[in-house]
Amino acid sequence: MTLSLVRAINEALRGALADDPKVVLMGEDIGKLGGVFRATEGLQKDFGEHRVLDTPLAESGIVGTAIGLALRGHRPVVEIQFDGFVFPAYDQIVTQLAKMRARSGGRLGLPVVIRIPYGGGIGAVEHHSESPEALFAHVPGLRVVSPSCASDAYWMLRQAIDCDDPVIFLEPKRRYYEKEPVDTTAPAATLHSVRVVRPGRDMTLVGYGPTVRTCLDAAAAAEEDGVSLEVLDLRSLSPIDFDGIEASVRRTGRLSVVHEAPVFFGAGAEIAARISERCFHHLEAPVLRVGGYHMPYPAGRMERDYLPDLDRVLDAAERTLAY
Amino acid sequence: MVQLLTPDGERVPHPDYELDPTPGELRGLYRDMVLARAADGEGVTLQRQGELALWPSLLGQEAAQIGSARALRDDDHVFPSYRDHGVALCRGLDPLHVFRLFRGVTHGGWDPADHNFHLYTLVIGSQVLHATGYAMGVAAEDAGTAVAVYFGDGATSQGDVSEAFNFAAVYNAPIVFFCQNNQWAISAGNERQSRVPLFRRSAGFGFPGVRVDGNDVLACLAVTRAALARARSGAGPMLIEAFTYRMGAHTTADDASRYRDPVEVEEWRGKDPIARLGLHLRTTGLADDEFFARTDREGADLAADLRASVRGMPDPGLADAFGRTYGSEHPLVAEELAWFREYSASFVAAEEG
Repeated sequence: MTLSLVRAINEALRGALADDPKVVLMGEDIGKLGGVFRATEGLQKDFGEHRVLDTPLAESGIVGTAIGLALRGHRPVVEIQFDGFVFPAYDQIVTQLAKMRARSGGRLGLPVVIRIPYGGGIGAVEHHSESPEALFAHVPGLRVVSPSCASDAYWMLRQAIDCDDPVIFLEPKRRYYEKEPVDTTAPAATLHSVRVVRPGRDMTLVGYGPTVRTCLDAAAAAEEDGVSLEVLDLRSLSPIDFDGIEASVRRTGRLSVVHEAPVFFGAGAEIAARISERCFHHLEAPVLRVGGYHMPYPAGRMERDYLPDLDRVLDAAERTLAY
Repeated sequence: MVQLLTPDGERVPHPDYELDPTPGELRGLYRDMVLARAADGEGVTLQRQGELALWPSLLGQEAAQIGSARALRDDDHVFPSYRDHGVALCRGLDPLHVFRLFRGVTHGGWDPADHNFHLYTLVIGSQVLHATGYAMGVAAEDAGTAVAVYFGDGATSQGDVSEAFNFAAVYNAPIVFFCQNNQWAISAGNERQSRVPLFRRSAGFGFPGVRVDGNDVLACLAVTRAALARARSGAGPMLIEAFTYRMGAHTTADDASRYRDPVEVEEWRGKDPIARLGLHLRTTGLADDEFFARTDREGADLAADLRASVRGMPDPGLADAFGRTYGSEHPLVAEELAWFREYSASFVAAEEG
């Protein structure tokens, strides 16, 4: 069936609710309304108020009680309404959720998924366009993933819900309505594996979530100039499939990482450092990063200049290839 | 304030909370309090001797902890804070677990399922939300058990505690919020935490709150028993404020003389929870000298055993910690562990070479 990314999320949640009576959804406005992006549309009607909880408006409370429910044997899937609203829950996520297994000597796993619509590009007002992935990927005990397309969104969410560790599940909200065929019966790849979206020879582009589409557009444009760019979809930010990136960079000798989050201390920095270590003798140029500037996410009318777009990706490619 | 036993050891009635304990139960409560104080005192001593990194003493709060904990059934689930050694003792937890935590051997290595007693939580108030979520799960399963969560007066200032009160009320969770108001959050007194008595907080969230004499083990037992029965029956949450006093410093790292009046401490010494029940047992003839001597000896023996075990406790190796961060395979952890092992082995090889 052909599904938009947000419908694929809905299908994955529906499947998880149907398959495992321990799965519960929690969040603000996810029940009767179906979520502000309609990701949970129809689920409370079909599974009841005990499985799909319209919670009080308190993010720390949602994640804190989700931890308690998980300790009782449930598998909560939490929706945070927007990226910028996750921080009231950040203490519970970092201080409690991420550490419980380690501090219990490995005994207490917390299978909690925290879904966060993230990133810009929708002309939203303040606090509705952020990319906080590095703030989560830096925390031991969490897994952090982000699908870029409907097909991945479906099976990655199913795997995240099945996972016995807490998973931060970042949904690229500006790609919510992009459609593609989704086969819900196809065997899934490993949650943390890189995907070669478009093979190429001259240089590797790594994106994830919303920037995979940007990288593909850049690769298509570059091809017209006779430049062959390989596009990888990272899919997972913690852990990162460095073997997958390394295999590509050994072939192309060049790498650029593209994300919306500020470049400074971002995922690109980690990838650049590790790939420089692993592929030092295979690199023809320094690893470049394309991403956000060191400022709070700007007001909507400025975001076109803030977000990495096709031209900025091509600019990085040009600079890399000039070495 | 609910009180069933005065500081002079005299039983007084209360219209809402009656209790008719057997002599054996009374002696049991006394013994629990003595053992808790003995283990706690050993914690302070071992810290002073450098065997422990830190010890938060429960001195003065024995009645609040033992009374409430003895109201629990085995199948009720408990979320403690970090000073609740008396509760731990009542749940049947090996006290050495707590000593391991404060020695720095683990961050809390016991299995909560063994005694329905969760790990200590050091960040103030966080566990109140966990307990509430757990109780929401209990309610959804219609399990017929209750959850008790322990926290202090300082925790009531945390947003998490207010959020927990609200979630518990909204979802009618079977939970008892047991607040030990020991009147000092390190150096900040009650007047810096709240403008209203803490037990009144619950009213705004839609469930009852009661203040109980926290140095009266019988009152703590009676009120907690009633609150737990209420929760198990599906009537929802209840807040208990056990009004007590922290006789020691906040922890062994603290110096309480810098911020509080010794006159106040002396005044509370006259309300000692153990002395008060002891007085009652003596004047009513429910315990004799032999009982008191035997109980003291048991306390001393427990302390001696703990001392010996803690002193002989080996340090763990870091290599074991790598595998505990995640529940399944993780390439970064595997890579770092392999490196750590190789690096560590290089020293052994160098020494041997």
